[in-house]
Amino acid sequence: MSWVPSERQQERDAYRRSRAQRSTAVAFASTIALVAVAVLALVSSPGWPRVKASFFDWQVAQEAFPAILQGLWLNIRVMAVSAVLIVIVALALALARTLRGPVFFPVRALATGYVDVFRGLPLILVLLLVGFGLPGLRLQGIPTSAVALGTLALVLTYSAYVAEVFRAGIESVHPSQVAAARSLGLTRAQAMRHVVLPQAVRRVIPPLLNDLVALSKDSGLISILGAIDAVRAAQIETARYANFTPYVVAGVLFVALTIPLTRFTDVLARRSGWVGAQSALAGGGALR
Amino acid sequence: MSPGRLKDPSLPLPARQTPLLSVQGVRKAFGDHVVLDDLSLDVYAHKVVVLIGASGSGKSTLLRCIDLLEDVDDGVIELEGQDITDPRLDANAVRARIGMVFQAYNLFPHLRVIDNVTLAPRLVHRTPPEQARAEALAVLERVGLAGKAQAFPDELSGGQQQRVAIARALVGKPVVMLLDEVTSALDPELVGEVLSLLAELKQTGLTMVVATHEMGFAREVADEVCFLHEGRVHERGTPAQVLENPREDRTREFLRRITGP
Repeated sequence: MSWVPSERQQERDAYRRSRAQRSTAVAFASTIALVAVAVLALVSSPGWPRVKASFFDWQVAQEAFPAILQGLWLNIRVMAVSAVLIVIVALALALARTLRGPVFFPVRALATGYVDVFRGLPLILVLLLVGFGLPGLRLQGIPTSAVALGTLALVLTYSAYVAEVFRAGIESVHPSQVAAARSLGLTRAQAMRHVVLPQAVRRVIPPLLNDLVALSKDSGLISILGAIDAVRAAQIETARYANFTPYVVAGVLFVALTIPLTRFTDVLARRSGWVGAQSALAGGGALR
Repeated sequence: MSPGRLKDPSLPLPARQTPLLSVQGVRKAFGDHVVLDDLSLDVYAHKVVVLIGASGSGKSTLLRCIDLLEDVDDGVIELEGQDITDPRLDANAVRARIGMVFQAYNLFPHLRVIDNVTLAPRLVHRTPPEQARAEALAVLERVGLAGKAQAFPDELSGGQQQRVAIARALVGKPVVMLLDEVTSALDPELVGEVLSLLAELKQTGLTMVVATHEMGFAREVADEVCFLHEGRVHERGTPAQVLENPREDRTREFLRRITGP
């Protein structure tokens, strides 16, 4: 095409460019100023030299790092295994609550009760009850390792949350989709499996990833049962060096673990068209 | 009984005696709101019956009751002589014999066009995948969209989506097609492509019950026009009779309102 922007348009574009440059400069300056103020406030505080010595000791950080990283590997494994189990259990719970018919009444009631109980119980209580209560039963086949029991507790609590996410997704699919499927002769179960669930799961992937981020941090709680994960390893290193730096190292590692997950969630959300009202305004492209 | 039951002298006698679809004294209420009130309607094989009437007159509810998407509160609906309102009947098997097309298309957005069309053949009719695919492509060819088989619904125009929805309903070889205001959601220039497709389908002998506000379509394609008012068939007859020389005041008033002053 031989379109050449009109003079008026060129003038508009030039104005927008100058505004954009100015915005970048302002953002840069305000960021520098904020960081400078924060650093100054921290460094000039009377206790800073002592805090620096006991929380930010580079020597200690380096020496404690391998042990903490090894602990984090346990967190990652626990997280991966429990994430898979959580999705399976949660999906089963969500589907159980959609079942119709008198035969399924106990299943429905059980699923509802399960979600009510485990969504209400603090995770730390579930961990303690499962971790110290279950082995006390001395039943055959019940694991006694802190890792397995901790994973079980995580699955119990998180599957109750994730079941509700799935149920919200299922209920968000418009009834007209079910009407279309049933009008073709599909049974209730076929309509659920082939029409409702695929759409529901797609819609809830961003909130599911959000729960996965929360899970990655809560996997650190299994340390209270004695499993040597990143948190526990940091605790041991802290005791060894009489210095709190290992906690900071563990914190940095957890953040480093969750940031990619969070960004991935954002990307996925944006790809499915969830830009949200705020970003439309902040971007300034769509609306002045 | 409703007044003026159509006597079509062109029909052979046996066909006149056993309608393909017979709605007898059907009542349907949502709470206190009675939508269908002792409604009766016969549809004969190879005929196109057009339902007209104001919003809320019960057109959609009647179609949904026939497709067993709603349970009737009273009355009987017979399809090929069988009482389909009998709760002991397998409703899924009945629905599989009826093709339904919705106002908002209701295509499955996560499935490609071809998979939208083959879903029921594969799951309900247990057609082998290859055969289901071939049949689906043939039906898509008929609605002029074989080239869009791999597209997703949101990549199509409204008219194309509605034609896919018609193909999806047709592929199961229904004995009757129910069309619920299938052009109401379309831009004016897209209405024609859907209506001309329906006119073509009539030529193949398909039995159809069509709820519509398109009076031009009713005039050209309908064998019978039924004016629904307050949940009953208020007036019925040939398009010429109902649309040009309505007997009832209500019908006249409705027609005047939709055609404008």
